[in-house]
Amino acid sequence: MDAAQATPIKYDMDVVRWFSIAAVIYLVVGTLIGVWIAAELAWPALNFIPEIAFGRLRPLHTNAVIFAFGGCTLMATGFYMVQRTGATRLWSNGLAWFTFWGWNLVIVLAVITLPLGITQGKEYAELAWPVDILIAVVWLSFGLNHIMTVAIRKTSHIYVSNWFTMSMIVMITYLHVVNSLAIPVSLATSYSIFSGVQDAMIQWWWGHNAVGFYLTAGFLGIMYYFVPKQVGRPVFSYRLSVLHFWALTFGYVWLGAHHLQYTALPDWTGSLGAAVSLAMIIPSWGGAINGMMTLSGAWDRLRTDYILRFLVVALAFYAMSTFEGPVMSIKTVNALSHYTDWGIGHVHSGALGWVAMVAIGALYHMVKKLWNTEMYSDNLINVHFWLSTIGTVVYVVAMWVSGIMQGLMWRDYDEYGALTYTFVESVSAMHPYYAMRTIGGLIFHLGTLVMLYNVVMTVRQASAARSTAAVPAQV
Amino acid sequence: MSDHDKIYSTKLQDKVERSTVLMLVLVAITVAIGGIVEIVPLFYLDRTMTHLSPDVKGKVDSKEISPVVWQRKAGQSLDDWKPGDGVRPYKPLELAGREVYIREGCYLCHSQMVRPFRDEKDRYGHYSVSSESMYDHPFQWGSKRTGPDLARVGDKYSDEWHRRHLKYPREMVPESVMPNYFFLDDKKVDVAKVKKTMEVMNMMPFYPANYTEADIASAVGVEGKTEMDATIAYLQSLGNHIKFTEGVNYRD
Repeated sequence: MDAAQATPIKYDMDVVRWFSIAAVIYLVVGTLIGVWIAAELAWPALNFIPEIAFGRLRPLHTNAVIFAFGGCTLMATGFYMVQRTGATRLWSNGLAWFTFWGWNLVIVLAVITLPLGITQGKEYAELAWPVDILIAVVWLSFGLNHIMTVAIRKTSHIYVSNWFTMSMIVMITYLHVVNSLAIPVSLATSYSIFSGVQDAMIQWWWGHNAVGFYLTAGFLGIMYYFVPKQVGRPVFSYRLSVLHFWALTFGYVWLGAHHLQYTALPDWTGSLGAAVSLAMIIPSWGGAINGMMTLSGAWDRLRTDYILRFLVVALAFYAMSTFEGPVMSIKTVNALSHYTDWGIGHVHSGALGWVAMVAIGALYHMVKKLWNTEMYSDNLINVHFWLSTIGTVVYVVAMWVSGIMQGLMWRDYDEYGALTYTFVESVSAMHPYYAMRTIGGLIFHLGTLVMLYNVVMTVRQASAARSTAAVPAQV
Repeated sequence: MSDHDKIYSTKLQDKVERSTVLMLVLVAITVAIGGIVEIVPLFYLDRTMTHLSPDVKGKVDSKEISPVVWQRKAGQSLDDWKPGDGVRPYKPLELAGREVYIREGCYLCHSQMVRPFRDEKDRYGHYSVSSESMYDHPFQWGSKRTGPDLARVGDKYSDEWHRRHLKYPREMVPESVMPNYFFLDDKKVDVAKVKKTMEVMNMMPFYPANYTEADIASAVGVEGKTEMDATIAYLQSLGNHIKFTEGVNYRD
């Protein structure tokens, strides 16, 4: 420890800075598209031209928040944590810059192709086959760099965050390659080599594990580093983190089948998926408790540390969604919840409440460290915190109500044994909730604008301070 | 004993945590298991596909029930197929319509998978079976019903109803939140692309369409058709392939 302090390690943090800024910008853009498509469902006249109609913008929304915002956050934090926990520089700084520009090229291509209707028609894997190849190359460049940096670490053990990131790197590679196998018709069009029931299972194996590994394992890696760092205490239980990691890594993979209950997928597959889903409550809550308990003895910090608030509320949402998910995978519940807005609500309590909140906490923490400064305004972090929390709650509640209402209306019978409602009656009953969801999303989006402003001002303030400091003092 | 040599968990875990290679290999194996167990059997278990499932196959073979998959005889063209003859590959115009369906992201609001519930039977019709989507590369089951299920929409409405509804949905259904697709009228179907798509569907390693040369040549028939015509043809082809017999269990 003393030796390390005597000769401070030089880290490659420039690329991390750029990834962090990109993540904040994509969070603003991704949520804005989300607000827009939410409004389109409430007020369909907003589908002005084909390029911005719901069916084309929705993939852009999911790709922007998952791959642009989520990806840049994971790569920023991944490169940050792997250097600091290993007390070493990146294996290759040049390769890291390739990853940065490559990933942003993917995002630019997504912004161009998706509104044009260039899609493979698989949820969260819509991008055209040439972009898929680019994603694979860039993803592997990130993975290789991360794993090689773990390999050249100066510390004896691999830190728990890096286990999670490594499992994400491996699993996402499997998923992306298998799910994207397709035969091209042209440069823009291709068709999956899989069909029907097999394709459905492979798609949801991909779909659920994009959630499970990209948005859960990856962000748990963030949680295991940034919560202890922000609190200034070690992780509550190392043994619990070992259990959490292996149970999650083994178990999450099985869950995809629960998206296909009562479909033409054989019963055994869906039931197996649901059984493992229920079992997953244990490791998920173990992890959530592990994060929460890291604060024990320091809970008072929540009154003054707004960054910590983000991290803790994220853990609360993580615990909530990882309970809700298994419940929804039970066949009797799924019969009601599937195909309804309840699913959308569940995804957003995870995506806004857990993924975005833990990412925002980590990004604020990193911005301070990366630019070696205090935030421009701590009060604005607090404002952002409340906008995020209230926005998420409004959104999720609206979708719970509309989802359960839809499910109940569809299955309702009148006293003569006829269906009580036509389908379109359920559509018009959704209008107030779709409007409410738009407002919830808008509140969350406003928070991201506050963050962008705060981060930009912080970086400007830090640069200004550095240039003044660089001038030798004149007597 | 320095802190770094102390073992806090088990010997194995400690060994894994000290070795990048070991960690990587163990993770790579652990994350592969679930997917292999759930996916691989779907490619070889007969009961996965309705037409291969022993009970259903037996009933079809003894002519007790209508065929699940169309058994095309030599010399028959796609136009010789009639509803109820069993699942068949898409006709050229339908294939072009399917491309539009995917391009516009229809699957994001419409499912094509009827579940075996009383209300879904009353609303949509017989529950869907796996063989019905065997030629669907990729599958279009969807995950959300912002609009109604379309698995059995074929033949339910007239072409003219679909045309007006697709153009301006609120003209036909005032409460609808569907975008207007009037622009489908303006664009013609690309014959060369339809042919190429049919060839690609023949190249599929799983459930190839097996279009004959005559089928592919017949794609010239879509010349002059609009994307609107194609989309309607696709929608009208959905769900009427199999003639289901009441009381027969089509799902295992």
